[in-house]
This record gives sequence, structure tokens and C-alpha cells, in this order.
Amino acid sequence: MTAEIAEDSIQNPPRTRSGRELIYRHTVFVRVSHWLNAFCFLVLLMSGLQIFNAHAMLHWGVKGDEADPAIFSIYAEDQLEGPPIGWLQIGSAKFNTTGVLGVFTDRDGFLSGRAFPWWITLPSYQSLAEGRRWHFFFAWLLAINGFAYLIYGFVAGHFRRDMAPTNKDVRGLGRSILDHLRLRHPRGDAAKRYNVLQKFAYLTVVFVLFPLMIVTGVSMSPGIDSAAPWLPDLFGGRQSARTIHFITAASLVLFVLVHLLEVLLAGVFNEMRSMITGWFSVRPQKPRRQT
Amino acid sequence: MSDTFLNRRAALAAAGGLVLAGCDKLSQSNTVQKILAGAESLNLDGQRLVLTSGQPLAREYPASEISKDFKANGTVRPDSDAYRNLVLTGFSDWRLKLDGLVRKPASYSLAELRAMPSRTQITRHDCVEGWSAIGGWTGVPLSHLLQQSELMPNAKYIVFRCADDLLNSQDGSGLYYESIDMVDAFHPQTIMAYAMNGQALPVPHGAPLRLRVERQLGYKMAKYVMQIQVVDDFSKIGFGKGGFWEDRGYEWYAGI
Repeated sequence: MTAEIAEDSIQNPPRTRSGRELIYRHTVFVRVSHWLNAFCFLVLLMSGLQIFNAHAMLHWGVKGDEADPAIFSIYAEDQLEGPPIGWLQIGSAKFNTTGVLGVFTDRDGFLSGRAFPWWITLPSYQSLAEGRRWHFFFAWLLAINGFAYLIYGFVAGHFRRDMAPTNKDVRGLGRSILDHLRLRHPRGDAAKRYNVLQKFAYLTVVFVLFPLMIVTGVSMSPGIDSAAPWLPDLFGGRQSARTIHFITAASLVLFVLVHLLEVLLAGVFNEMRSMITGWFSVRPQKPRRQT
Repeated sequence: MSDTFLNRRAALAAAGGLVLAGCDKLSQSNTVQKILAGAESLNLDGQRLVLTSGQPLAREYPASEISKDFKANGTVRPDSDAYRNLVLTGFSDWRLKLDGLVRKPASYSLAELRAMPSRTQITRHDCVEGWSAIGGWTGVPLSHLLQQSELMPNAKYIVFRCADDLLNSQDGSGLYYESIDMVDAFHPQTIMAYAMNGQALPVPHGAPLRLRVERQLGYKMAKYVMQIQVVDDFSKIGFGKGGFWEDRGYEWYAGI
């Protein structure tokens, strides 16, 4: 089916009303798994911040509780007079984050002393029990979806064909970085493929960040740790695994922000259409100026 | 211009608030909670696949790794006259009751428990909140007590009844309790601990006796244990979910 469409579209490419060439960019498998993954990630992020709020500090090593040093923490400091101050501490640096982190006005207008604010946690009120339920359910869904996507990616040749950087890609790396900085997007044939930075970003997300999320998450399980004590050791202990889980989640948030920015710059309508219907319109090459 | 901007911002905030309010509604819905809780059986069945074959031990650490200030969570001093009297008399009148679906119900003094075969283990304690501490525990293997009392064939769960009432309820509905199944009850590291780091178990950590189930989270490890009850079903105990925190939304299987 896909092959037929592809073959047909080479000989007689479908066009938009304005005459731009349309290509079938994303298979239905990729589109479904993309949206499922995006939704799972959103739920996992918000419920994860809810879980973090139950112990709003990160440690390095095997152990770590309130009496142990923290490399990252968010806390409220009571004042003799006036409202408490919210602090974000990273290493030895301290930032006043009152209003956003540590101390903020709750949805009902009350001052609250939690780490991450109500509008970014699931549920919005404090509930570790409910947060954990959301987190584990969607963790299973994300893992199953991710596993299916990996099998598909290898079997259908998605990784080899669309994501593996070619030698030409690697040689054009510097040029691609410059293009991105100038917010220039490829046209013509170049727009039919992922560019090299895009490939590296997707490969990192698919093969490094999401697997790391799952493995560090599982490393926090006392049950799994008894069967596989080497698992938390990989990261330097259970508390290090928890810290890496948090840093990796932050990296994924950064990826999503850049990803959304690129969608915005490249054209929301076309990009959304391609991830919903599969069809992507190619901006024609600008005519070269004659010298 | 700035007015429009502010209006738009307010509208966005309102829309965001609606979405989040919807999330909270979902989170509080019984049906949604039931669906989400489906993942718990995946966690239990998935982990049991690897945890029952050979009953792997939780890692044990050298004494140098012991936390200097092991956090005491939940109740740190049960607030009842009966418990205060036990502390004043050095637990000399305290007795552990073991009954339910057993052929030989028993009752043990602290001295009798101390005279039994013991196991000492330095392990990592993981709280559901996210922190970890390392402590050394000495106690009687639960399997030893259960073998002494001879389980009946329909015995399925071990319930631990505690002296602490986290809610200070007058009717006992806030009394702490926990339950585990036979896989964990007969695990070699599942002990009834009367000592911590070589000293008599301190009050904040559950004196005179607490449970250690090393492959699960801290809330499973009931402190201030007064009675061990062998049952075939815990749906009639408390609010029926198998433990104080389980009755308040936490998973019965706390292996993750």
C-alpha cells in the first residue's frame, strides 16, 4: 500500500492547490506511535513532577535523604515576618524562585509550599498516590509503544532509510548548524529528507533519552534491584539513577521545546498535516540568481 | 494592544485551568483510578516472574555505608497510654501475638524472640517519597515464626497489626496495619527486627518490633508490630486494601 503510493507519487506527484508537490512523509505506524508517545510523555512528565514533590531534592550515590547532601533541591524557607521564600538550589548556587517554585499561589488562591506548582503537576493538588498511579500506567503504555516503534523502525527500514546519517550528511554538519542558527529551512529535494541535525536529535531521543528514562526508572525499583543489582550500579546507585531520571526528563523537555519551535518556524499547518495525514508539501527550490 | 495581550493571556490561563481541573476530575474518578491501577498487576506479575525464581536477595552493604541519620517516617512515637506504658517498662510486658489460620497460635515475649535464630542484614531502605537510607537490622526470620505455628493450607496472607494510629482516631480506624503474601513472607530477608544498627530498635523506628520486607518500599515495613495474623483474605480488614496506605490510594504491591 505504502509502496504503491510511493511509486505512484514519483511518476505523478500529488500537489496542493497552490501547486506544491506533496509527499507521503510519515507512515500511519509512525504517526500513531508519535502521538501516543507525545501524550504518554506529557502525562509522565506532569505525574513525575508530582512524585518529585514528595522529596524535592536530588542526591548522588546509593543513598540520600533529608539529612544527606543534595545536588539539586527546591524548598520553602519560612521568614520571621512576611510570606516564605521559594528557593531553587543547584550545587552551591541558590535562586529565589518565589511565585513559581517552592512557594506559589495555589489554584484556590492560597499560598502553597510545594516544589513544582499546581499547573504543571498531575493531579494539580498534592497526591503522591495518584501521581504514582498515572505514572506507572503511562510508563507501561510508553514502553510498549516505544518497543513496537523500535521493532517497526528496524523491520520496515525507517531507521536505516530516514534516520541514519549518510556520509554526505556528516560532511554537511557545519552548514546545517549555520542554517539552523539562521532559521533557514531546506527547500526542494532537501526538504524531502530529515536534515542531519534533525537525524541526530531524533536518534538521540529514540536510542538514548527514552531508553535511559525507562532504565533509570526501573533502577529505582527495590524489587528489580534485588534481581539485577548491577542495574542501579550502572548509574552509581539508586539515588544517582533518580537524579539521571530527572536530568534526562529535563533533556526531553528541552528537545520538545526545540521541536515545537522548529514546527512553528517550518510551518505549523504543513508539519501538523504531515504528522496527522502523512502528507507533506515541499516548498520549491528558490530559483538561483544568474551571475 | 497590551490589553488584548493580557486578555489573551487570561483566556489562555483560564483554558489551562479548565484542562487541569478536568485532569483533577479524572484523577478523582473511581473508574479512571481502577483503569490506572491495572498497571499495578503488571508491576506485580512482571516482577514476580523474576523475583520468585530463586528468591534473589536484596543487596547487603558494609557497615561503613550505614546512614548516620536514618530518617524516621510516619509515626515516630505512638500516642497512646498503652504504648507509653510499654516504653516505661522497657517492653517487659509486651507480647507478640501470632494467630489466625495456624494450627498453633502463639505469643512471644521480646526475650523469647531474641533467643530464636536470628538474621542480621545491612540494607537500603527506599521510601515511596523517593529517598533512600541504609541501616542494619537484626531479627527473627518471619519464616521461622510461621513454621513454628504451622500454617493451615488456606493461609494466603500475613497481616501485621500495629500500635500506632497515624490519624489519632478514637475508633481504631487509623491503626497502622500491613499485609504481604507468602512469596515475601518466606523470603530469607523478611525478618521481624528487634534491633537496628546493633542497638535495641529505637522508638522512632518501631520499637520493640518492626517488619523488614527488603524488596518493597518502606511503607510495607510496619513498625510497632503487636500481632501477626494469618488470613486467606484481607478485604474485611480496615478499608479492605491490605494496609493503612493501601486504604489511602497506594499500591498493595510496593516493589517499585
